[in-house]
Amino acid sequence: MHSIMTRGERLFQIAAIGFLTVLSAVMLYPFVHMIAVSLDTPVHAIRPGLHLYPLEPTLEAYRQAFRYDGIYYGFTNTIFRTVVGTLLALCIMTMGAYPLSRKYLPHRYPLMMVIVFTMFFSGGLIPSYLLVKSLGLYDSVWVYIIPSLVNTFSFIILRNFFITIPVELEESAKLDGANDIRILYSLVVPLSKPILATVALWTAVYHWNAWFDGLIYIQDQKKIVLQILLRRLVVENLDQELQMAMQQANTQYVVPETMKAAVLMISTLPILIVYPFLQKYFVKGIIVGSLKG
Amino acid sequence: MVARRFYKRWSDYKRNKYLYALLLPILVWYGIFAYGPLYGIQLAFKDFQIMQGIAGSPWVGLKHFHYLFTASPDFLQILGNTITISFYHIVFGFPAPIVLALLLNEIRHNGFKRVTQTISYLPHFLSWVILAGILTVMLSPSTGIVNEGLRLLGLDPIFFLGDPDYFRFTLVVSNIWKEIGWGTIIYLAALSAIDPHLYEAAVMDGANKWRQVLHITLPQLMPAITILLILRMGNVLDAGFDQILNLYNPSVYSVADTIDTYVYRAGLLQMQFSLTTAVGLFKNVVALLLVLFTNFIVKKAGQEGLL
Repeated sequence: MHSIMTRGERLFQIAAIGFLTVLSAVMLYPFVHMIAVSLDTPVHAIRPGLHLYPLEPTLEAYRQAFRYDGIYYGFTNTIFRTVVGTLLALCIMTMGAYPLSRKYLPHRYPLMMVIVFTMFFSGGLIPSYLLVKSLGLYDSVWVYIIPSLVNTFSFIILRNFFITIPVELEESAKLDGANDIRILYSLVVPLSKPILATVALWTAVYHWNAWFDGLIYIQDQKKIVLQILLRRLVVENLDQELQMAMQQANTQYVVPETMKAAVLMISTLPILIVYPFLQKYFVKGIIVGSLKG
Repeated sequence: MVARRFYKRWSDYKRNKYLYALLLPILVWYGIFAYGPLYGIQLAFKDFQIMQGIAGSPWVGLKHFHYLFTASPDFLQILGNTITISFYHIVFGFPAPIVLALLLNEIRHNGFKRVTQTISYLPHFLSWVILAGILTVMLSPSTGIVNEGLRLLGLDPIFFLGDPDYFRFTLVVSNIWKEIGWGTIIYLAALSAIDPHLYEAAVMDGANKWRQVLHITLPQLMPAITILLILRMGNVLDAGFDQILNLYNPSVYSVADTIDTYVYRAGLLQMQFSLTTAVGLFKNVVALLLVLFTNFIVKKAGQEGLL
């Protein structure tokens, strides 16, 4: 393939690289803009035109953001749901996927059908909402975790991976007197680390980005997640929220524009930090998943 | 005989008791959180009274469905909006990753290719709340960079998020921004599986790049494209709830209010529980039928189905 290129091919390469460079620049610019604005002083931040880097770098907007209670609560609750939600989801899904991957388990097939059916039919928003309310989860932080504990797609991916683990391995362990629970955690789980990492990352990103449950189930201001705070500040543009966020702010160093940009970056940064892993495992996962979902 | 079979069954269960114990929590979860809401579907045929609860509310038959299709001032428009927006996403958004994957596949410089992929996947991992916040800044009619560009070109500024003529366009383009890179992954995997001999043979026959794409690459991609397109058609009533709920506002409800956003607003904000349960049930039944139908088509086309 890497033989000498013809003139036409070389022209095509240049044109394609040129086009993709422009496309990437357009896709990336909004993020660069927000970072630059969040790090700049008000005078420069609100000037029109391109913002590629801060002209007068300052962390004042971030300092102001962290002075605001809402950010503190939002951060704590988002971290809580991401960490606890991911761990619990991994536990319950691993425990459930292993038995359903064993070909000798009686009623395996109908049980799987019962689970798969829920991907294609659900009660809808209102019945789910009434159910969550009647279970007493309304305005509780557990509403972030329990109703969305299991994701059927991830569950199927896990089960399909467990199927590929040969039965002979567990048979020899059984001869040594190990029971199924022991086999699961000392044999199957160590063999499944890559797929467990993939599912863990899927779940964690889901939790970090989730906002709708926080919108409809949570009233208590101390229980809101970061995405909801962000929604109030930058999407709904609630003056009341902005005033609280800007309390005691010195407008010489921070204005609503830089403050909003800083809050946006605070919620984006953790995703950017784990992004190299995300890319690696997500891509692997989606290819595994598309082979046989 | 019966006793022996019963005994065999029983010993099967006993031998697997630990496996059933492991399975129990997830089955309980499915019972409550996936099947539990099905109980509330009866509200679609009732008039919900808070004091009486779901079971005690009076039955009203098909009243809500009758209202939706004959008397409701909004429902048909909302259904139309949903299908139109979804259709725009399919017509413009669906081919976008195919084109990008074909281009990336031709790039010989691996480092450049990898950087482009890394940049294009990024928005996929961010929520619509974050992206909507950024878009609001970028598209602002007074200070947004996009409108400044238009002004430089001597054009009038456009209120992308507030003008019904442009809102759907904004939805389609911003969704391409979020998903184009991510969408290429499956196509790039399919492209890397194409046998290089096919290209060598074509070069021997004097085929240029364009002819190779037309006669080898595209036909080889066709199975993946067909399956993904059919699957997408099955979700035609999903017009992108997260995206619309974070980008729309009352001035564009006429073109952007869809089934899901309507159920949220009329149901949870205006407490019309029964009516919106009926809307949700209508959507879910149609979606289920579409899935069964598309699965049938996929199997007919000689591909392995989903179910």
